[in-house]
Amino acid sequence: MKLLIAFALVLALAGLAYLAGRARAVRMTLAAGGRIGAVHSRPAYHGAYVAVLALAPALILLAGWGLMGEGVIEGRVLATLDAASQPAPGPDRAALMNEVRGLVAGDLPQAFNPLAPVLAPRYAATRANLDLLAGALAVALLCLGGLWGYSRIRPDFRARNRVESQVRALLLLASVVAILTTFGIVLSLIFESIRFFRLVSPIEFLTGLAWSPQTALRADQVGSTGAFGAVPLFWGTIFIGAIIAMAVAIPLGLMSAIYLTQYAQPRLRRWLKPVLELLAGVPTVVYGFFAALTVAPVVRQIAVALGMSDASSDSALAAGLVMGVMIIPFVSSMADDALTAVPRAMRDGSLAMGATMSETVKKVMVPAALPGIIGGVLLAVSRAIGETMIVVMAAGLAANLTANPFSSVTTVTTQIVALLTGDQEFDSAKTLSAFALGLVLFGMTLVLNIYALAVVKRYREAYE
Amino acid sequence: MNPNPAPNPAIGHNIVPKMTARDVNVFYGQKQAIKNVSIDVSSEHVTAFIGPSGCGKSTFLRCLNRMNDTVDGARVEGRIELDSQDIYAPAMDVVQLRARVGMVFQKPNPFPKSIYENVAYGPRIHGLARAKADMDNIVESALRRAGLWDEVKDRLAESGTAMSGGQQQRLCIARAIAVDPEVILMDEPCSALDPIATARIEELIDELRGRYAIVIVTHNMQQAARVSQKTAFFHLGTLVEYDDTSAIFTNPKATRTKDYITGRYG
Repeated sequence: MKLLIAFALVLALAGLAYLAGRARAVRMTLAAGGRIGAVHSRPAYHGAYVAVLALAPALILLAGWGLMGEGVIEGRVLATLDAASQPAPGPDRAALMNEVRGLVAGDLPQAFNPLAPVLAPRYAATRANLDLLAGALAVALLCLGGLWGYSRIRPDFRARNRVESQVRALLLLASVVAILTTFGIVLSLIFESIRFFRLVSPIEFLTGLAWSPQTALRADQVGSTGAFGAVPLFWGTIFIGAIIAMAVAIPLGLMSAIYLTQYAQPRLRRWLKPVLELLAGVPTVVYGFFAALTVAPVVRQIAVALGMSDASSDSALAAGLVMGVMIIPFVSSMADDALTAVPRAMRDGSLAMGATMSETVKKVMVPAALPGIIGGVLLAVSRAIGETMIVVMAAGLAANLTANPFSSVTTVTTQIVALLTGDQEFDSAKTLSAFALGLVLFGMTLVLNIYALAVVKRYREAYE
Repeated sequence: MNPNPAPNPAIGHNIVPKMTARDVNVFYGQKQAIKNVSIDVSSEHVTAFIGPSGCGKSTFLRCLNRMNDTVDGARVEGRIELDSQDIYAPAMDVVQLRARVGMVFQKPNPFPKSIYENVAYGPRIHGLARAKADMDNIVESALRRAGLWDEVKDRLAESGTAMSGGQQQRLCIARAIAVDPEVILMDEPCSALDPIATARIEELIDELRGRYAIVIVTHNMQQAARVSQKTAFFHLGTLVEYDDTSAIFTNPKATRTKDYITGRYG
């Protein structure tokens, strides 16, 4: 809360710095006769330059304090204890400090640790003092930066160039955030996966055919030996996402793209294409309902009619069919772009040879657009194998290694959900296996995406 | 006296026209692109359509094999005949029409397939070859007639899009003559080519004369004078003058033709 007020104060002061800098530049411009070029930069740039010089150091200080202040305060508070009563570092220390903070905030009526009531007033005092110090330092830095910037305002000072490079740095920072986040995600996956692979060998994980992550809590427990062969999960993922879903999405998506680009009247295309793309906006959990409640029972009835009396109500086919429908817009919109990008001259050339529209599409348009279409399909596959909700709701949890579409299979994402829902201990192979699964899934989709983008790029170049 | 009398569409005595157009009007939506054009085209001559940009010469050319059908909102009125058959009659199959009236475009547009497959495309869809050997013969003779065989005979499997612009355009001509059409329409076939490649195409046009009725649209008057025997001058959607090429270039009857030929506008 105090930090928030400090931020607001700093921002307000920076606003004042802007106004002051601009006002000085305006006076200077008028004094110079107001000719264009008499003063290098316009007043607003001088103002912005002063504001940035004032704001940046103060903000960095406050952000640093917000991140690291807690550690500093803890160290100081604990230093007031004598050596004998120091808590052990790690969980003990963290528990004590949590109690101290609880007492200070008034959330905790009473503490277990007798040290906590002793430390609480010291903590409150230290925090108040140091917060004040940090705030005062920030304001001082702000004033110093602002005054320095203010003093640099001269007719020949290139404030515009400075501000422009500062804005460029800001833009770079914004784009780096997404990349750094991705790296962070990968690193966190890798660290947890390493912990898992200390318990289970990677070879067993990647080649084992049995998946049964329940581990025994007691030595005499039956049936919970724990098996971490992930092949059935990868097979289930590929079976649903890359085989059944694609068998639905590729023909439907491609044919609708062909119709929309080659045959449809412009008026029809104008509303049919957005409606088709609406499919991409349906939340996947809604597809999940549809798969579990509408499609799965029908699929089961078909299975029973075909003579599989023990057919499961969860089936690879139900999940795959609905997932296929879900990714039709991905395939069709990429195929649409690819077909539209084929030069009109190509189509005219074929029609002028006396080819029919259908021959033109089959023999000229689709082959020419093929790289783009393949790129779209690969992106759709990568989307499908990472998809979670539909398979959680409709595909089941049994890790069967089967090619029978009516049987229940499970996928990587379903298992991750099952492994991590509810209260889980984070030192068992069962829980940690979720991270290894996530890592492999991430690797698969990453490779697919990179390959798909490379394919798409190559075909873009072909027609430029 | 009317300063611009309607030109005589006929091409001369004792010559049977291959295609005839009478009172053709073309509209793109509300805009009229072609007004009352009547003209005869024969197999004996190369016919050139000249005129300033936007005069409708390409639009009219595209009526002759109904390529305007593929343009949304285009409408053609009047009568165009091929060997006395109305090509806009319901009984006329547009696919067969285009097999008889081939077209070469402004920008070379080979398919992204091999050289061989580019030439074999038409014969294959029209079922002209039964065996592989027949197809080989058709491809070879089309490439020979297009003057391309010696250059490409050792690399028929390479992509048609990897050749030079002039070779690509000759490949497109080979592709057009592979289905043995009766008429070949050429829409500014040299405008994307350098002078040497242009000279090769012009020689080729001269070699093909007599075997096919050739209509060439060009904005290059020297080219029209070099390759054609008949020239039609279009201006603002109307056919201003149609006569022997030598007459058009040495003794134009209409003042607009004269002004255009002498470079007063264009």
